[in-house]
Amino acid sequence: MGRKLLLEHINVPGINTLAVYREQGGYRAVEKALKTLTPDDVVEEVKKSGLRGRGGAGFPTGMKWSFLAKPEGVPRYLVCNGDESEPGTFKDRYLMTHIPHALIEGMIVSSYALGANTSYIYVRGEMMPQIRILERAIEEAKAAGWLGKNILGTGYDLELYVQPGGGAYICGEETALLESLEGKRGNPRIKPPFPAIAGLYGCPTVVNNVESIAAVVPIINDGGDEYAKIGIGRSTGTKLISASGNLVKPGVYEIELGVPVEEFIYSDEYCGGIANGKRLKATVAGGSSVPILPANLTLKYANGEPRLMSYESLSEGGFATGTMLGSGGFIAFDEDQCIVRNTWNFSRFYHHESCGQCSPCREGTGWMEKILHKLEHGHGTMEDIDLLWDVQRKIEGNTICPLGDAAAWPVASAIRHFRDEFEWHVKEPMKSQSTNYGLANYANPIEKKPEEVK
Amino acid sequence: MLKVEETQPVEFSSALLAKFDEIVKRYPEGKQKSALLPLLHLVQAEYGWTSVPAMDKVAEYLKIQPIEVYEVASFYTMYFLQPKGKYVLEVCRTGPCCLVGAEKIMDHIEQKLGVKEGEVTADGLFSWRGVECLAACGFGPVLQIGPEYTFYENLTEQSVDQLIDDLRKK
Repeated sequence: MGRKLLLEHINVPGINTLAVYREQGGYRAVEKALKTLTPDDVVEEVKKSGLRGRGGAGFPTGMKWSFLAKPEGVPRYLVCNGDESEPGTFKDRYLMTHIPHALIEGMIVSSYALGANTSYIYVRGEMMPQIRILERAIEEAKAAGWLGKNILGTGYDLELYVQPGGGAYICGEETALLESLEGKRGNPRIKPPFPAIAGLYGCPTVVNNVESIAAVVPIINDGGDEYAKIGIGRSTGTKLISASGNLVKPGVYEIELGVPVEEFIYSDEYCGGIANGKRLKATVAGGSSVPILPANLTLKYANGEPRLMSYESLSEGGFATGTMLGSGGFIAFDEDQCIVRNTWNFSRFYHHESCGQCSPCREGTGWMEKILHKLEHGHGTMEDIDLLWDVQRKIEGNTICPLGDAAAWPVASAIRHFRDEFEWHVKEPMKSQSTNYGLANYANPIEKKPEEVK
Repeated sequence: MLKVEETQPVEFSSALLAKFDEIVKRYPEGKQKSALLPLLHLVQAEYGWTSVPAMDKVAEYLKIQPIEVYEVASFYTMYFLQPKGKYVLEVCRTGPCCLVGAEKIMDHIEQKLGVKEGEVTADGLFSWRGVECLAACGFGPVLQIGPEYTFYENLTEQSVDQLIDDLRKK
């Protein structure tokens, strides 16, 4: 069994209440930080922990914190990003639903570290039940003196509020989120200036994912060095993985980074294998934006070495044969799933969610959706596949925010690894409407290559 | 999209305005526009949709221009700019849910309710639409119903029938 730092007490009845959360050792990190550590000490522990942003980009959290500008007389803000909308990702919903106080405790410690006296948790509007859960938990915490004026008699003040979104994937991008929190459309800002210099209301701001904030609690309790001992290489600590698709046991799993992908998919501790006795065809390992991989490259590198669930291992081989850990949204496709149809579905998503600010994304995502619709419905040509490749290349890297890249990568990787399935849709338009391409050679085992003799 | 002629003048109740006042306190002096999204959610929960006169009132309350409200309400997908059924069934239509049968569920709902996506049933009770990822991929297919945004997971045709029948009896 891997160590659990975030979900250790998930099955304790009443863990969503302050009383039970306290019984399980909750709010120790607040006491420790506010009474025995300076704000800079807290930042130092988080740096030592090696924690990397859990929202998708994987940027070191401690480093992000250290960039925060601290001009005299200007308020600083911590904003928690709970706009979880990346297809395949549902860990933050799970955490907020079941252990809301873990997030609130993390917010208090992190706000203290950054010198913020007002902090916001921005939660996507569709999660109204979770918003109510958090608001109730904040009330409890405030009544018990964990929030408000002069917390624990230390002189530190903090007000914490929950802000609902309005239903827009783009608001998961941190500058779009800040625009939305200011009551505007979620159009990402041009960077620089980065939020650390000019964020919410033009003030220095840190935006962190729900899971990153919650992870600060065990880091402070056990120390950054202890946290860094878990995991592998620069992938330290534990990570929540949202597992979905054709699995025996989909759900949220906390893993120690570095678990072999094969173990994660097939062991009973985690997903328990592919549902209905079918075989694995492909996976999207880190949320819909990361490259899709065929089954064989999911489990092993091109050289036959086993692939692990870590930032580095999942991206081994670059985009040619690898993918990314992203937000940890792990989607499994069984042998009966159609890659063309799924790629069309994802393209429709990005077209729908493009904010419309940059032409390559606004127009390009629409083109991709249309071409993929044509291919999926048996009206495509070979030239369409090339056109699709051309369009995605023209989006990638040409937009203000990463939504453009996120829309391009699933299309590029689907063509790169599954081109014969796309071509089959062109060659067999009738057949492709009634049946599917099947497993083909996508799960053929990769043999370990002997060491090259130099 | 915005049909002014279909709308009635709006006067917010004192209970609703009291809620507005509470929310505005969350933000620094002069940054009351931050309350716009939460206020629109309250308006929609009260009236079932977000009409132009209601948006104008919100603008007046927040001391901002009406266009600042319209551009926000039309950007975000949760605000209904036309009247909808009393219960709007919003089914996730994105990849992971489709891997476990979301498309069949949508077909079934269309058949059961007898209206197309976005339309309202004759009795005014139901609308349905496909929405993008609801962040519940491991429990798909899923749907939600506002204004509480209650969640229904692991849907089957039977559980959808049951849900619709229960809502009819309410």
